Amino acid sequence: MKKTGAQILCESLVREGVEVIFGFPGGSVLPLYDTFPQYPKIRHILVRHEQGAAHAADSYARVTGKAGVCLATSGPGATNLVTGIANACLDSSPMVAITGQVARPFIGKDAFQEIDITGITLPITKHNYLVLDANDIARVVKEAFYIAQNGRPGPVLIDIPRDVFQQEATFTYPERVNLPGYKPTLFGHPAQIKKAAETINAAERPVIIAGRGVIISKAFAELKDLAEKAQIPVVTTLLGIGCFPETHVLSFGWLGMHGMAYANKAVYDSDVLIAIGMRFDDRATGVVSSFAPQARVVHIDIDPAEIGKNVRVDVPIVGDIKNILEVLNQQIVPCEHLDWFNQVDKWREEHPALVIRESEALLPQYVIRQIYEITKGDAIIVTGVGQNQMWSAQFFFYDKPNSLISSGGLGTMGFELPGAIGAKVGRPDDTVWCIAGDGGFQMTVQELATIVQENLAVKIAIINNGYLGMVRQWQQLFYGRRYVHTPLSGPDFVKIAEAYGIPALRVTDKKLVVSAIEKAMNHEGPFLVDFVVEPEENVFPIVPPGAALVEALEMPAPEKVTRSSK
Amino acid sequence: MTIARHILVALVEDRPGVLNRVSSLLRRRNFNIDSIAVGHTEQPNLSRMTIVVEGDDAKVEQVRKQLDKVVDVVKIVDITSNESVARELALVKVKATASSRSEIIQIVDIFRSNIVDVSSDSVMVEVTGDEEKVNSLLDLLRGFGIREIARTGRIALTRGGAGPLQVEESREVKVPKQAPKAASSEAESPPDW
Repeated sequence: MKKTGAQILCESLVREGVEVIFGFPGGSVLPLYDTFPQYPKIRHILVRHEQGAAHAADSYARVTGKAGVCLATSGPGATNLVTGIANACLDSSPMVAITGQVARPFIGKDAFQEIDITGITLPITKHNYLVLDANDIARVVKEAFYIAQNGRPGPVLIDIPRDVFQQEATFTYPERVNLPGYKPTLFGHPAQIKKAAETINAAERPVIIAGRGVIISKAFAELKDLAEKAQIPVVTTLLGIGCFPETHVLSFGWLGMHGMAYANKAVYDSDVLIAIGMRFDDRATGVVSSFAPQARVVHIDIDPAEIGKNVRVDVPIVGDIKNILEVLNQQIVPCEHLDWFNQVDKWREEHPALVIRESEALLPQYVIRQIYEITKGDAIIVTGVGQNQMWSAQFFFYDKPNSLISSGGLGTMGFELPGAIGAKVGRPDDTVWCIAGDGGFQMTVQELATIVQENLAVKIAIINNGYLGMVRQWQQLFYGRRYVHTPLSGPDFVKIAEAYGIPALRVTDKKLVVSAIEKAMNHEGPFLVDFVVEPEENVFPIVPPGAALVEALEMPAPEKVTRSSK
Repeated sequence: MTIARHILVALVEDRPGVLNRVSSLLRRRNFNIDSIAVGHTEQPNLSRMTIVVEGDDAKVEQVRKQLDKVVDVVKIVDITSNESVARELALVKVKATASSRSEIIQIVDIFRSNIVDVSSDSVMVEVTGDEEKVNSLLDLLRGFGIREIARTGRIALTRGGAGPLQVEESREVKVPKQAPKAASSEAESPPDW
């Protein structure tokens, strides 16, 4: 049966199980929007800026585990998606971005709202398509979802000219993809797994570093088995938070620039490092030459290009983590590592990094901790980027996968609000807290309107310190306290929220934090709390740029205190 | 880490934009491309690229793996350390007067090259060979005055029966790469073609 390109696209999306599209209409996608009423199964959420659509789709993908879909028109609509696509790319989030393109006869003529979006997104997508024939749409959609969701996930962009949406073609949805150039390795090489098992069994001071790959692979039980069987401390990356319960006795927090001192120390002193689904990002490793210098490194990842990219690897295993750990765990000899635990436990006692200092002032860390207490940890926290993000990661304990949603690789300020929208749409029954800084919040504040229009019960906490806080902190510590263009004025956030139709409160007194959070929680719909916090509070520990992980500055740090590694 | 010239050969889908995907990835990873040659293969819908880049082994292996992730790249191997035959073609337009023409023809003969065009004041020479041969002929011709040169860049095939890019036999072929330890052989092992 003949259908239009727009209908074929919708049929294909339905077959891929797409329930939600975050989008914004425009000229080139009008034929598609005109078709949506025929497909009531697909819920369209109108954002206020296309960047919001991309972030929401990214976040939706993270909480649901299936590809998020965003949609924009040609030209500015498409370029506005770019930041969100790059964000999804760096954090391996499955996403299918659909953009309209000018009609075929106009391509290459610098037509109104024409932009080469496949060219622009080449380095920030796993793959992209310009579809020049409606007969290709079904195959392309099938391939796009396959590529986005399989192997190491990532964004795929489909660019469709306006007249292709209108072109008629026969619709048959392909059952399988034929991609000779895309065959992710799913099962680890048995010989490598054996070698890894031998290495782990011989370890005296092993540490597991678990990354987002564990979450993507849903290898939670397998990771726990491995850690418990061989009694290995588990440290996560920032994006790996939640892949292993943080309240578990074997959990040693997360590593990196603002990670726990004892986690960094354990990694540094380890003799065997089992890196699982992580990519040795520079924020996680500090200076590479002094990252775990004595360790033999076992690296398990689905992406062969991550092996040996940043850090020397002794035993690489390429494949799906769940599959690999299932096999690996059978070859692991139970062990206790008592001496090692005595050591790391001692470090944990000596460096209880995450203590909120005594103060009458309204401290940002206190706010996060109260949100943790009041939600009993049962919430999805979506953060911005900067201090608010690090405090959210430090002072809330995450026991469930995907309970912390944050922009890790790209570090995108403005992710928080649209990210919270995506999380709430994906998991409507869960409590979603958006933890924003006053800087990042102003980057995508317009999405408050989306929250109202869709009646999404997102709770928003603004950690308002009147600064671009993380940058200010760097200026304080590394640029002689010269606060160049980091003090920023904001609007009255309470009035802003109310203007959008969201009830809001301002809290300036520590004693009112709990009641404000409770009020937000008890309110049925969205709610905003503007926490006016201590302006010059810093995130500790911090590993100075160019330093080793064990050279972290810890709180309080009136001056540079460098701890030796031994 | 020694900087060396590497020859990467790739089988790619014959689609618009593939060359761009490959070259832009090399640019992003800060590789200078010595030469890149693309042409059809024995299989329909597949093209073969021969890419010559300079870099240390680990860096080239990293970029090879990144290129392998490009969906349109079906397979890519580094054949630098394989026994292989590499050739390029150059067309050279050399100034030639009545008096110098015969000397040029002699040199061209020695190199088993061909004169493919003659005019009153120039000849065009076609030379095929490895880079050294082409370079030495160019050196000799330079004395006469070179007007224009067009070079194809290298193309290469490994010697012997099954090539590393031959799709049906790729399972058996062990790619002799040792860059970051066993990483590459690990990456190579199970893809089921």
